Amino acid sequence: MSADPTQVLAFETDCHLFDGCGFPAPGLHSFLFEPLMGDADGNGLYFNKPMLLALLGSIIVVGFFWAAFSKPKLVPGKLQMVAEAGYDFVRRGVVYETIGKKEGEKYVPLAVALFFFIWMMNVWSIVPVAAFPVTSIIAYPIVLAAIVYITWVSLTFKRHGFVGAFKNFTGYDKSLGPVLPLAMLIEFFSNLLVRPFTHAVRLFANMFAGHTLLLLFTIASWYMLNGIGIAYSAVSFVMVIVMTAFELFIQAVQAYVFVLLTCTFIQGALAEHH
Amino acid sequence: MNPLVQLAAEAEKENPLIPPWPELVIGLIAFVIVFGFLAKKLLPNINKVLEQRREAIEGGIEKAEAAQTEAQSVLEQYKAQLAEARHEAARLRQEAQEQGATLIAEMRAEGQRQREEIIAAGHSQLDADRKAASSALRQDVGQLATELAGKLVGESLEDHARQSRTIDRFLDGLDETASKAEATR
Repeated sequence: MSADPTQVLAFETDCHLFDGCGFPAPGLHSFLFEPLMGDADGNGLYFNKPMLLALLGSIIVVGFFWAAFSKPKLVPGKLQMVAEAGYDFVRRGVVYETIGKKEGEKYVPLAVALFFFIWMMNVWSIVPVAAFPVTSIIAYPIVLAAIVYITWVSLTFKRHGFVGAFKNFTGYDKSLGPVLPLAMLIEFFSNLLVRPFTHAVRLFANMFAGHTLLLLFTIASWYMLNGIGIAYSAVSFVMVIVMTAFELFIQAVQAYVFVLLTCTFIQGALAEHH
Repeated sequence: MNPLVQLAAEAEKENPLIPPWPELVIGLIAFVIVFGFLAKKLLPNINKVLEQRREAIEGGIEKAEAAQTEAQSVLEQYKAQLAEARHEAARLRQEAQEQGATLIAEMRAEGQRQREEIIAAGHSQLDADRKAASSALRQDVGQLATELAGKLVGESLEDHARQSRTIDRFLDGLDETASKAEATR
């Protein structure tokens, strides 16, 4: 990484309370990084810190599972046991629970890969030096949500044909009577347009907000470290620790929610319309 | 220009919900790496092992069950054999008892028979002896009596037939008196 500290830390390091400089509040700029290579105008290969973390994260996930599963044993070692527990949690706890064992088996790899990939990307948030959740850049959740969207929409067409898929998307139900056209319009809008958007934004916004909060308290702890402000700084630092623990929880929950929704969408695509 | 200020200025122009292209590409690559490794190699790997483990456990259970049923059948066989042996022993004992009883009965009957034979033989012997004795006696007594009578009377009794008739009559008289005496006794 660059030797310039301003590129590593998201705020001015020599600014304190009573020094006459304002509070360097975190904002959108906290999620923009000076490229490590090239620049945004397309000169050279553009490469920044979140990209590095994304690739590093996927290498860590693959490395972990490679170490655990490349030569699996009938009587598992410690690492294999941990990896099996994680695998089993997604397989049994999410996929089998929503889609069912028979239909769901095909989607287990997708769910497992999604869960551990997202979790890793989220966990970067509290890893020292990295300290940035990759999923708080909208591009990453969008890619994942798009993959899920393509999967379940194509699955709906494959399973029900064109008319059947249309009925599936619009929740066609004759018993609704005169409200049917309106219901169909809302359902169509909700399923095909809003659903992928909220799917991606839910993950993005949670991680974005979490990172902003962490930044806020971290910057405040540092900024108030002057004169009487030291007392407030201590409180703020306690908040940093509390928020870090909370983020650790949220990171896992958001990965779980993303995968659970994925499975629910796939299940909806497979279900017979009623 | 301060890089932070520059970043802040850039941020004003950017909407956080509009993704930059390079990051979409990197995100896709990063996820595809994870998905590819997991879906193509690692998860099939572990699934195979999980299946094997399940089979191993079920196989172990089946083996244990087989061993138990075998033990059960052997136990039943053993019990049946034991019962059969007991039954056989009881039967043999019963048979031996019966045989013993018939043997004793036979022996007793045989003894009885032999005793009766011996008694009968004794009786007939006695009879024969008595008869022989009596006939011998009769002749002797006859002769003696005749001689005695001849001597006494002094005359020879030529007529043998008459003589013997007389003797017989005399002896009959003797017998009669003897049987009379026996009857009165």
